[in-house]
Amino acid sequence: MLVARALSKDYASGEKPLTVLHDVSFEIARGAYVSIVGPSGSGKTTLLGLLAGLDTPTRGSVLLDGADMGALGEDARAALRGEKVGFVFQSFQLIPTLTALENVQVPLELRGEVSTSEAAKRATALLDRVGLHGRSHHFPTQLSGGEQQRVALARAFVNAPQILFADEPTGNLDGATGARIVELIEELNRERGTTVVLVTHDSALAERTQRTIRLADGAVIEDITRAPAVV
Amino acid sequence: MSTPGLRPAVLARLAWRESRTARRRLALYMSSIALGVAALVAIDSFAGNVTRSIREQSRNLLGGDLQVSSRASFPTVVDTMLDSLSQAGIASASVTSFASMALAAETGNTRLVQVRAVSDGYPFYGTIGTQPAGLWSAAHGDAPVVFVDPSLLVSLDAQVGDSMRLGQQMFVIAASLENVPGDAGITAVIGPRVFVSSRWLTNMQLLQAGSRAEYEAVLRLPAQDNGTRAGEQLARVLRRRIDPGNADQVAEDATRERAASALGGGERLDDSVTVGDGAAGLAAAPTRVRVRTVVDTERDFTEAVSRLADFLSVIGLIALLLGGIGVASGIHAFVVSKIDTVAVLRCLGASSKQVLALYVLQAGTMGLVGAAAGTALGVGIQLVLSGLVKEFLPLDVAPTVEWRAVAMGLGIGVWVALIFALRPLLALRRVSPLQALRRATDENALPREWTDPARLFVDVALVCSIVGIAVARTGSWTDGLFVTLGIAAAVLVLWAAATLLIQLARRSVRSSWPFAFRQGVANLYRPANQTRAVTLALGFGAFLLATVYLVQGNLLKRFEVADMAAAGNLLFFDVQDDQVNALDSLVRRDGHPIVERTPIVTMRVAAVNGMNAQRLMSDTTIDRPRWVLRREYRSSYRDSLSPSEKVLEGTWTADAAARERRRGPDGPYEVSLEAGVATDLLVTLGDTITWDVQGVRVNTVVTSIREVNWARFETNFFAIFAPEALRAAPQQHVLIADIADPVTLAQVQRDAIRQFPNVSSLDLSVIRSTIKGITDRVTIAIRFLGVFCLAIGIPVLFSAVAATRRARLREGVLLRTLGASRSLVQRVLFAEYAALGVLGAVTGMALAFGGAWALMRFVFDDTFVPAWGAAAGIMTATVVLTVGIGLLTSRDVHRETPMTVLRDA
Repeated sequence: MLVARALSKDYASGEKPLTVLHDVSFEIARGAYVSIVGPSGSGKTTLLGLLAGLDTPTRGSVLLDGADMGALGEDARAALRGEKVGFVFQSFQLIPTLTALENVQVPLELRGEVSTSEAAKRATALLDRVGLHGRSHHFPTQLSGGEQQRVALARAFVNAPQILFADEPTGNLDGATGARIVELIEELNRERGTTVVLVTHDSALAERTQRTIRLADGAVIEDITRAPAVV
Repeated sequence: MSTPGLRPAVLARLAWRESRTARRRLALYMSSIALGVAALVAIDSFAGNVTRSIREQSRNLLGGDLQVSSRASFPTVVDTMLDSLSQAGIASASVTSFASMALAAETGNTRLVQVRAVSDGYPFYGTIGTQPAGLWSAAHGDAPVVFVDPSLLVSLDAQVGDSMRLGQQMFVIAASLENVPGDAGITAVIGPRVFVSSRWLTNMQLLQAGSRAEYEAVLRLPAQDNGTRAGEQLARVLRRRIDPGNADQVAEDATRERAASALGGGERLDDSVTVGDGAAGLAAAPTRVRVRTVVDTERDFTEAVSRLADFLSVIGLIALLLGGIGVASGIHAFVVSKIDTVAVLRCLGASSKQVLALYVLQAGTMGLVGAAAGTALGVGIQLVLSGLVKEFLPLDVAPTVEWRAVAMGLGIGVWVALIFALRPLLALRRVSPLQALRRATDENALPREWTDPARLFVDVALVCSIVGIAVARTGSWTDGLFVTLGIAAAVLVLWAAATLLIQLARRSVRSSWPFAFRQGVANLYRPANQTRAVTLALGFGAFLLATVYLVQGNLLKRFEVADMAAAGNLLFFDVQDDQVNALDSLVRRDGHPIVERTPIVTMRVAAVNGMNAQRLMSDTTIDRPRWVLRREYRSSYRDSLSPSEKVLEGTWTADAAARERRRGPDGPYEVSLEAGVATDLLVTLGDTITWDVQGVRVNTVVTSIREVNWARFETNFFAIFAPEALRAAPQQHVLIADIADPVTLAQVQRDAIRQFPNVSSLDLSVIRSTIKGITDRVTIAIRFLGVFCLAIGIPVLFSAVAATRRARLREGVLLRTLGASRSLVQRVLFAEYAALGVLGAVTGMALAFGGAWALMRFVFDDTFVPAWGAAAGIMTATVVLTVGIGLLTSRDVHRETPMTVLRDA
């Protein structure tokens, strides 16, 4: 499903380039539930950005469902994301001017494959699924953190993505709310066979995943598989 | 993998939803263009209204289908021609206009008036409105009656039904005038009009040899022929019959001069032909007869209106471009606030085109709203404008919505809003989706690439748009490019000044300075500074406002000088040679001084450097305005210079004996020419001019060139002769007396008119109040323009400040988090905005002084007197406004809790 080959990423920092990822390689199977962990500054977020096609590597390549993302332009990568990728961010990243329902509809509308009424129907169903029945016409500022993250989850799944990238999805939430979000992600992973790649430094959360890739100083120092991926 | 993409309807819906919280802010940014659009729509609509009215009422303006006019009574050939035309069914009516004194029999008050003696039938088109209504038909009855402007009734303290004397004839005031087709109401302010039947002309005995009068005949074609083509054909026939040799040349000249004047050459259009009246040689002065058609009238008025509209629309254009700068600043602020949303949209699969389309649609819609608001305002201003200038126009203008102007305003407004918005909006294409994961600073999140083809394309389109609009507005490539270059130069100066300030601030900040001041000054050069944007908006606004004020001050100053410089206050003119001593005695009888006694001799140029004037006129190889050779000169002779004159070249010989010695027995007399006329005549010191002084040739040599201040209330002349040259010539006189007491002054006027009915007198205080009335109106108009410029500056300034609002907010809150008090944060902001205000004001003022100087020097041909007081006032207002808007925009620093801002950032 997802292949990272000898990924490196340099950033310009003063006169010398700063290498934040060194030669990172791994494969993630379809339907897998994987966590990427490591201390602050270990390159987790950079790696997530590269895997999701939000950024391009300095060296190496990322293959998402067979497509070499490095060979694609930014707009082609955006189209690929729209079709195959879902995102959940630590700070939710809902569009503040749109209601919960409208936020969830956006990915469908951007692809233009379904009618607006169909998009609304699917979005409503997903909001119901994440337990936000009756909150669909609220704006993000009118929702709690947990509710906002549920909207973000609904938005991430509305396009039936093949892979979900979650960046510290519980980082801004209290323990109970965070746990509920994780449960939801896992349920959706099971129900829909969606591959989930989770970036976290919550070791308890990492323990729940089938596989954990540990980074330190931009390199993979550990890759533990606890259970086989669901295909 | 390809998807159908965002459908237009869905895009529109998404754009609408996404704009929810930004609409008001976007509307504020877009309101920057509203006033510019309003100006253009108002000017275009008004010009459209007037042009249409001219087209509809051009016959009324002329009073007939054709007009034949002359400054002297018609030569026989014209009279004969008019007779034969009447045989052919072409009716004619005469209008003889001249100035005279009116004396109210009941009150004994006097006033200089403009007499219009008209024959039966005038006007052929339109009607003369009277109060009481419908009395014009009594004008040509057996009883001598006059119709007067209401202002005359006031100044004579007379009423309808009273008696009034004009020359030797007593009249009854039948009614006051309400409306005269073809006359602007304002003409009555200069001299009240008195309409009288021409049958009383002889009885009045006011027209004598040398009297200044305008003779007109208006013609009406038979109903079946009164199309414009028939009028034009007849005009050609008439010109040919009046002067067979010159008619074609005249028509050609008129076209050329019209083209020159349309380009700002300023030369007067003249389609007259010169008639020798059958007399050979110089026995009789040739009479210039003008033949004008409805088409000529229409063209002249339309040209005048379009010239005025062109001038005003340059201000509108600058206002619009200033608005464009405001839009660009505001949209930049908007773009910065949208980085997060765009990053998320990119993560969710939006392409750069979709993102751009989304926000272009929002900006375009708001641009349309701004332009529509401007258009509505423009239509409103047009209605007010029509009311304000009503009296200045010789025709009724019905203000109606000019849909072409509305469409044009909307189109230009939306285009300017879009093209200026597009520049900052393009940056959104480059927002990386990575920003959703890890947010960089605003500056880093909006990477600029100077070689971005889209950006370069927008820049080129922007420049082309400005040039295109400027050329279209001014109607000429040269003027359009000139305006664009002027704007570009102003922008460049402001940009350079801002850059200089940034450098200066960077180098001069010292750690020993008080904290607030140090931080405020440092904000001028720190990343995300607003120095350039605010200086540009502010400086441009101050520039525009101050230029308008400075030019106004200088123009009005001319009249102030004139007001103070008058030596006397009672002017007598048309005084015949045999009346001058008696009038002099009458004034001096009660001990009042005569401060000036000036003889006036009428003449024409017969030859220059021995070359006949007619031949010079027909010489097309030399570019010399024809009017200088064709006009009738009213010249004088004296030994001394007047206070309003200054010799620029040559010498003025005051000593008669010295002049005689230099001249010799048969040499030419000395003449001094006014600089402008000497330039137009293409003569210089030592050149000879032969004058035709009412049939007698007088040879002169140019011995001095003078500069004359024409604005002063003194008798001034193009040509001043050595006294011996003209002493024996037939002449009239102007006398200026100084009588302080208004009652005595009125008494002297009454006595003079009773004894010398043909002599006109003018109380200069009347002139002063007349000019004051006019200058007051002009002042109001200019103040309106000034307030308008200021009003444009405010939303632009708001937009400019908004561009860095987020950065200021964050800094302010961070300072508060670190323990700064509200007042300290306030002082930091105050220092920054005060510095920006001062820079904008000083640079704007420097530009304004340059601009006003250039306008006075090159357009109004006068010296520039700086108005330091007004400049200081505008500068203070600019600084106060900047600080006020800056602090107002940053008030959230005190409203928001530090936590909110830190979490959002």
